[in-house]
Amino acid sequence: MAFVPTSESQALLMPALTDEEVLRIRNDFPVLSRSMGGHPLIYLDSGATSQNPLSVIEAEQEFYEQRNAAVHRGAHLLAVEATESFEDARETLAAFLGAAADEIIWTSNATEGLNLLSYAFLNSSLPGAAAPAARFALGAGDEIVVTEMEHHANLIPWQQLAERTGATLRFIPVDDAGVLDLEAAGGIIGPATRVLAFSHASNVLGTINPVKKLVEMARQVGALTVLDACQSAPHLPLDVQDLGVDFAVLSGHKMLGPTGIGVLYGRSELLNALPPFLTGGSMITTVTMERAAFLPAPQRFEAGTQKVSQAIALAAAANYLTETGMDRVHAWESLLGQRLVEGLASIPGVRVLGPAPGQERIGLASFDVAGVHAHDVGQFLDSKGIAVRVGHHCAQPLHRRLGLTASTRASTYLYNTTSDVDAFLAAVAEVRAYFGA
Amino acid sequence: MSLEQLYQQIILEHAKLRTGSGLAETPLPAGASSGQSHQLNPVCGDEITVRVAVSEGKVSQLRWDGEGCSISMASASVLADLAEGMDVGNLTEVIDNFREVLRSRGKLAADPEILGDASAFEGVSKYAARVKCAMISWVAAEDALAQALAPGTPTP
Repeated sequence: MAFVPTSESQALLMPALTDEEVLRIRNDFPVLSRSMGGHPLIYLDSGATSQNPLSVIEAEQEFYEQRNAAVHRGAHLLAVEATESFEDARETLAAFLGAAADEIIWTSNATEGLNLLSYAFLNSSLPGAAAPAARFALGAGDEIVVTEMEHHANLIPWQQLAERTGATLRFIPVDDAGVLDLEAAGGIIGPATRVLAFSHASNVLGTINPVKKLVEMARQVGALTVLDACQSAPHLPLDVQDLGVDFAVLSGHKMLGPTGIGVLYGRSELLNALPPFLTGGSMITTVTMERAAFLPAPQRFEAGTQKVSQAIALAAAANYLTETGMDRVHAWESLLGQRLVEGLASIPGVRVLGPAPGQERIGLASFDVAGVHAHDVGQFLDSKGIAVRVGHHCAQPLHRRLGLTASTRASTYLYNTTSDVDAFLAAVAEVRAYFGA
Repeated sequence: MSLEQLYQQIILEHAKLRTGSGLAETPLPAGASSGQSHQLNPVCGDEITVRVAVSEGKVSQLRWDGEGCSISMASASVLADLAEGMDVGNLTEVIDNFREVLRSRGKLAADPEILGDASAFEGVSKYAARVKCAMISWVAAEDALAQALAPGTPTP
């Protein structure tokens, strides 16, 4: 089935994957051949968690079958092999993000990465913090800036940090079209701004934020930038150095990897000035009964036994994406995103959130069906084997801004076909009649 | 299990009827003791406030205000129908029975003798993610009833 891109921005992204290629890709994902209550599974919830190709599942299994040992300790050959695989995985993720290996810190997920940062900033703000940490110290009069479209993971850690340090939390508003109000941002980001934390792509709206513009605004006032790349790293080519951000986080399970693994990227110079968050084994140089000295990054942020098999499996996921081509993945999902939003917008009683058809968005669309609650929409779709997300998608303030408590979200990935989108659209078109709305 | 077993006609109808909604604009019956409870489902943001008035050992009025999915709205509507006029002890038993059926993962059949129209919700028990939707107003009613019966509750 051919699909003709309808907007200029989409045409520029060619060449996308083709439906034939996607059908081959699907064979790599065992769960996609499942049947749900007699219907073939149509998985449109990759924004919440993605599925895993065999190469990822096998990488984790192969590690446990052949190379499992404690990393960064022990002199035996098995431990050496395990350490090499673990550090190779770091190299792979560094290359995937355009970073150096010592700028990649393993976390459990993006939430932990953001908490690591906010707690390290808090530690920097305490009396007696080491001198290099002064650049991260916050107090009364300082401001932390986020956006109104943040996932709770990139909001609450900053709320907590502000509360504990006496700093003020401010936010850049979202306009009715689901786009950040950059004019307002110009008035909010100022000399008092110390940290600017924002998402690259919105998990609800699908909006892709102008990272470089925001980084430039932050730089002009000497603020640090923190990028939530959860919805961008899996779906579009990402180069943290090109974007110029100071820190970035992602979750492995949203980019074909396993759960329990994520990445915090930080510029090397900053990471080595930042005090640790978790302390303990593996992150020290010399320890006495009174005090300890810490290793440089990344080890200073990796206390205790690490998520070794998950890191190795995440590297397999990154390799899978790189081999497929992130530019082609992005182009394909942009087509699917446009197909979603154009289809939804044409269904009576459906209100699409975020950018209008033809405007740039990632391959997801959230929407409201007049007179039918999102849970009921999701239940109806589920009865046809279509898996979507319903609720506030961990973005209550954004939903409140849009006048909603909940919405339904369809989110695609490289394994979704145009017929997945079409089946979803056909089902959404039946929802209001079923519930008598 | 088909969608029709979950969304039985009576549920779809009650989701629109919303019997007993309009707490804010309904005055309490004279001489009744009352309690009020607000419940929130953090998963979906649905909320409901239920007020129960008790006079002479009976539920003299149950009113609610809320927003949510068809299951939660229908469940509040059915509850309001059922509860008014019931002995308070009887309502407690009915709430306990409803909870037991809903938490049974489809193992317990609802007894229409006890639950009346609320039996229609037995299909919900097979959908773990929706049990809270059906329970939210009943949990609120249970809490509100306990307040109404608490010693020292002021009579308006």
